[in-house]
Amino acid sequence: MHRVAVIDYGMGNLRSVAKALETVAPKAHIEVTADPERILSADHVVFPGQGAIGACRAELNRLELTDVIHTVSAEKPFLGICIGMQLLLSHSDENGGVDGLDLFPGNVKHFNLTSSQDTEHLKVPHMGWNQVHQTIKHPLWNDIEQDSRFYFVHSYFVSPKNESAIAATTDYPETFTSAIQKENVFAVQFHPEKSHHAGLKLLENFLNWDGQS
Amino acid sequence: MGLAKRIIPCLDVDNGRVVKGVQFVDIRDAGDPIEVAKRYDQQGADEITFLDITATHHNRDTMEHVVQAVASQVFIPLTVGGGIRTVEDIRRMLNAGADKVGINSAAVSNPDFVREAADRFGSQCIVVAIDAKCVSAEGEAKRWEIFTHGGRKETGLDAIEWAKKMVELGAGELLLTSMDRDGTKSGFDLELTRAVSDAVAVPVIASGGVGKLQDLTDGINIGKADAVLAASIFHFGEHTVQEAKQQMAEQGIEVRL
Repeated sequence: MHRVAVIDYGMGNLRSVAKALETVAPKAHIEVTADPERILSADHVVFPGQGAIGACRAELNRLELTDVIHTVSAEKPFLGICIGMQLLLSHSDENGGVDGLDLFPGNVKHFNLTSSQDTEHLKVPHMGWNQVHQTIKHPLWNDIEQDSRFYFVHSYFVSPKNESAIAATTDYPETFTSAIQKENVFAVQFHPEKSHHAGLKLLENFLNWDGQS
Repeated sequence: MGLAKRIIPCLDVDNGRVVKGVQFVDIRDAGDPIEVAKRYDQQGADEITFLDITATHHNRDTMEHVVQAVASQVFIPLTVGGGIRTVEDIRRMLNAGADKVGINSAAVSNPDFVREAADRFGSQCIVVAIDAKCVSAEGEAKRWEIFTHGGRKETGLDAIEWAKKMVELGAGELLLTSMDRDGTKSGFDLELTRAVSDAVAVPVIASGGVGKLQDLTDGINIGKADAVLAASIFHFGEHTVQEAKQQMAEQGIEVRL
């Protein structure tokens, strides 16, 4: 049976992610788990996350999941969502500076520090439905219209060193990276589980993906 | 192109039913919350807010089931407010499938609760609800104060200062209700909305008083709200969310159609 592990490290609303996956793949076995064995043996792995990145990182260490994530992200289809994306970078400026898992060289930065124009009404967190501009062709974008809107809620964004890692961008008001990819890893800043049809389609595409681009 | 302004239908829930009263009296039944939520989802609502209007122990259990049922079928953000007083209340609602919780009276009686909640769950899921009433006399500069208990109890707190304090403590969003306008169908208090929106850097949801579609547009264009919340205009079939968005789009507001 097709088994999907949603990594549970106590951060955020994992039920929503699991429900959305169950909806697009009623026959798959969706498991919200912190058990390394279950994660290592799953066919697809989802790495979500919400809240403060410092607390997220501390929980990953406490649950001894860092090595597990390094292993699975090197070998099977792996989807990072929100903080689960930000943790894949080298470093985040949040919480006084937090080291990430370094799958993607680059940093995670705060909106306030980089936005020069229209700051008077720039609200942070960036919250709501914004357009996602696909910058590459990728199996996870199958049947998702260019510039579709997805639901975002975040105050920090990723800035990968390698432009080839960028899979999508979004404007707020300046352009930032809203999806990254390499090999069997795909990660998004928005919440596909809260993004209606387009979000469910992306999750369906992920579960149909063999990790080859 | 960029971030869309949001329309958020609000479902006042009592004893497992959607209800809507005019200034908290004359309650009308508006249906089953799951059916109502699905209808708004299909109409293109950007989020849905559930407000537990009595917040009794029994009602909270009912609300948890409502949120669970809706979250398994509706894939847009859900907020739950009313009677959220402890970290355990928040955990229960988030585990049931809510994405955000609204904190109202508990923030007034214990502001540190907002900090505790934001530290624990992240600012992104902490919405502080502010009920404000105009207290300035005619001819004076406008001033608003915070009221609790459905607008019955005054606190003496200045609304703008309070909004700033809530953001400092970790509120990720403010739900601003004008108690003068709530249920009157005479439009948002645009001056209040503008004053709060200018004073804080987090998104502000305008609420209280929507009677026609133009009120929603005004809340954004004049009040500078990031999102608008309404109940009765949608509940009784006067307008759909789609119609509201079309009108907003025609007046230059970016919306998710």
